[in-house]
Amino acid sequence: MIRDALLLQLGYNATLVTIGATFLGVAAGVTGTFLFLRKRALVSDAISHATLPGVGLAFMLMVALGGDGRSLPGLLLGSAISAGIGLLCVSWLTRRTRLAEDAAIGAVLSVFFGFGIVLLTIIQTMSAGRAAGLEGFLLGSTAGMLRNDALVIAVGGALTLALVVLLRRPMGLVAFDAEFAAASGVNVQRIDLAIMGLAMAVTVVGLKIVGLILIVAMLIIPPVTARFWTDRTDHMALISGLCGGLSAWVGAALSATAPALPTGPVIVLASFALFAVSLFFAPNRGVMAAVLRQLRFQRRVHMRQGLLALAQSQPIYERFTLKLLRRAGLAHADGVATTAGRARAAKALRDEKRWELVRADQAFESAAALYDGLREIETVLTQDQIAEIDQRIGGPKGALV
Amino acid sequence: MTIELITEQGASQIDLKPEDCPLMVRGMTVSYGQKPVVFSVDLTVHQESMTAIIGPNGAGKSTLLKAALGIVKPLAGRTFVYGNSLAKQRHRIAYVPQRASVDWDFPTRVIDVVLMGLYRELGLLGRVRKSHEAKAIACLERVGMVDFADRQIGQLSGGQQQRVFLARALAQGADLYLLDEPFAGVDAATEKAIINVLKGLKAEGKTVVAVHHDLTTVAEYFDRVFMINTRKIAEGSVEEAFTSENLSKAYGGRLATGQIDQLDLAAV
Amino acid sequence: MIGEEFVALSLTPLLIGVFSAIACALPGNFLVLRKQALIGDAISHVVLPGIVVAFLLTGVVAAWPMMIGAAAASVVAVVLIEAVRRLGRIEPGAAMGLVFTTMFAAGVLVLEQTDTSSVHLDVEHALYGNLESLIWLDAMGWHSLFDPAALSGLPSELPRIAITLICVSLFTWVFWRPLKLSTFDEGFAQTMGLPTGLIGLALVIVAAVAAVAAFDAVGSIIVIAMFICPPAAARLMTNQLERQIAWSVLFAIVSAVLGYVLAGYGPLWLGSQNAVSAAGMIATVSGVILALTAIFGPCRTRLGAPST
Repeated sequence: MIRDALLLQLGYNATLVTIGATFLGVAAGVTGTFLFLRKRALVSDAISHATLPGVGLAFMLMVALGGDGRSLPGLLLGSAISAGIGLLCVSWLTRRTRLAEDAAIGAVLSVFFGFGIVLLTIIQTMSAGRAAGLEGFLLGSTAGMLRNDALVIAVGGALTLALVVLLRRPMGLVAFDAEFAAASGVNVQRIDLAIMGLAMAVTVVGLKIVGLILIVAMLIIPPVTARFWTDRTDHMALISGLCGGLSAWVGAALSATAPALPTGPVIVLASFALFAVSLFFAPNRGVMAAVLRQLRFQRRVHMRQGLLALAQSQPIYERFTLKLLRRAGLAHADGVATTAGRARAAKALRDEKRWELVRADQAFESAAALYDGLREIETVLTQDQIAEIDQRIGGPKGALV
Repeated sequence: MTIELITEQGASQIDLKPEDCPLMVRGMTVSYGQKPVVFSVDLTVHQESMTAIIGPNGAGKSTLLKAALGIVKPLAGRTFVYGNSLAKQRHRIAYVPQRASVDWDFPTRVIDVVLMGLYRELGLLGRVRKSHEAKAIACLERVGMVDFADRQIGQLSGGQQQRVFLARALAQGADLYLLDEPFAGVDAATEKAIINVLKGLKAEGKTVVAVHHDLTTVAEYFDRVFMINTRKIAEGSVEEAFTSENLSKAYGGRLATGQIDQLDLAAV
Repeated sequence: MIGEEFVALSLTPLLIGVFSAIACALPGNFLVLRKQALIGDAISHVVLPGIVVAFLLTGVVAAWPMMIGAAAASVVAVVLIEAVRRLGRIEPGAAMGLVFTTMFAAGVLVLEQTDTSSVHLDVEHALYGNLESLIWLDAMGWHSLFDPAALSGLPSELPRIAITLICVSLFTWVFWRPLKLSTFDEGFAQTMGLPTGLIGLALVIVAAVAAVAAFDAVGSIIVIAMFICPPAAARLMTNQLERQIAWSVLFAIVSAVLGYVLAGYGPLWLGSQNAVSAAGMIATVSGVILALTAIFGPCRTRLGAPST
């Protein structure tokens, strides 16, 4: 059954929804990358919650005009308009008042949502509302979806993806370095608007599948996941799109296999699984790699500090330092150096002296910039250069003052 | 070889015991990520001195101060305050953070900020009495800001903000004053007011340590210098340590020789 | 008699609404000033999974296990957010969004997977509460306030939120100075020996407790409006923290009372028979108050350079 679902063998509607969701997932992942890089990930939360009053008003308007109110394109249009107004409110509050963006986002999302709930309770009492099923927009529901709705989602997903692909260059430029982009003639404000607009498109198209509370996850989790694997903007957008598409595909397909597997939560949890794996096991930024690196680094620092203290016969105040030195056979328990320790300490101190000269000499400026207290001098200078410096130090017996 | 080098690397400090000085830092290393910004630094602050911590941008001046105060967590290193652990001697320390480190849009008045310096005295629920307010006003008086007591802090200029921070530190009634770039971006009048207050503190027998960036005023304002560029470069009285040789060690190519010559160097 | 009907049908929901609004607004002031307003967002979303897990563990729909479950979920969420932020070096906004959506999704999934149809636990209720249903059927009029038999029939939400409000107020009062100082100048607070990390965590836990207690009445999303709107509006009215708190309490009360009245009687005035969601209306009113202060508030603009 699961295999059938993943291979799109579960009927026409389910297939359309899965394809639409996958397109949407890719588009959300790529758009989310730019939101994330602009440090505005949670603006999407305001956008998504602000769709609710639009859905309600569109429904009421369509009923008032004599329709049945449940036409998906109409509802989506309404949601897009109110999300746009919510977005304007956030930027107005941030620019015109002293409130910070987080407060503006929180205020807009909760107030719009509250107003939306008021509208929903009105609709529930309208005669046409008995089976409106607008609650489906809160958490998404693909069960019993009409063929036309599935088509709207598939086409909407494809269109959003196409737009994202079209705009990826200027968006990447702005996300990476807004000032440089502005200097090279890109209209930053307009691109920011495009990023927001795309986030809105993703939200609106995803509303019916994932629901307005969880659609945020599709915009946030994939870029965060991608960040672990690369430092380059374009690669990040690509990986994020892949993660988004993959989790949407798996989520939509899995949820088609059983009634108690709501699409939105399954997509989000699939996305989170990818994130969790990345968080721990990514080669460079992953937690495991970082912990190992930090431990090694701390040892190096303590070791080097210990050697320098030994060389200058200073007391060692840190127990960890002394422990490391003892374990390496470089010092006794009372902090006095062993023979081997004395030799290593002398070398460490000599390197310090060499570095000191290097850093005071303009001729070595580029090498001096690499100094961090730990780097072996042999890794930045040639043997000849080191010999030259040693000559200046004047050898072990030379004048040092 | 080791023997010679010991005499070279500030042997005079070894005699000083932690309890002899207001602030002693040993083996301090702080790194952001994998890059140490302060590496194995020893700092010894003498009683009743005015010490300038100088060094190029990004050399770890502020980080050293913050690590000594426990605001950033060091990778290694110990701090002694009057020979004791930091936790036991906090009441003897007053700290003036960088002006840019707080949100000046915070809804509070000048007098409230100065009263924050008395929080230890006030405790959790102690009432602010007339005597506390009088003390806060007196501190504002010392920095020439008494007319601004009821102003909202966001209305102040940069120099005025700095003076309010100094007044708050005065209110703490400490023995050791640590200031992070107190003269950064302030007007001349403020600079003068601040240095007069600091010299007054020294005259009262207090100890002052300041992160400083203006080399031209070091000799005029301070009596001791601590020079850092990730490592300690030099430490001592202005005459001993504030030399062109040390400056070129600390600043490398970043400070042209001509600039060094223009400085009022005490001993060259 | 009008008093009878009012005490029985409106007094308790009104009080619960007012108490919830104040209990949320008090910690909300500090969250807004610390630029952590969205912590309120995160907390309120994870209340649902907390309640679901509590239900699964205990098998009953009872108030206390659910409150404990929700509070525990908030703490888990805050710890996870910090962990993701630090371990992954991810900016706080994204870390928050990641954690609370995942926990919410897990909550919904578990809820769908377990058979909770027999008990009163559904997602919509969790999202927007049911203030109107918290009526006091035993009340016969104002004199019932002194009648122990009638008092024992009070909806249990009322004493719960009242106790919560007292705790939140006490916390704010006792820790006023550490809260203010660590919010304004964390570095300085540390040099005075204040455990700023602990204070921040305590604030979040207090906010979570308030959110959980208010959750019964108004649901999880509208709690966010109570955290953010009254304090944000209050910030635009004054430049002094003490007065800001007072304004925020006033705005919270006005939102709750006006919102409840408009939801209950507004539709009647418009000729409709059915009331609308009181919680939704409270959020709407608080939004209108914020909009008004953003346009007319005496301290609405920044004084100095914009803080980044």
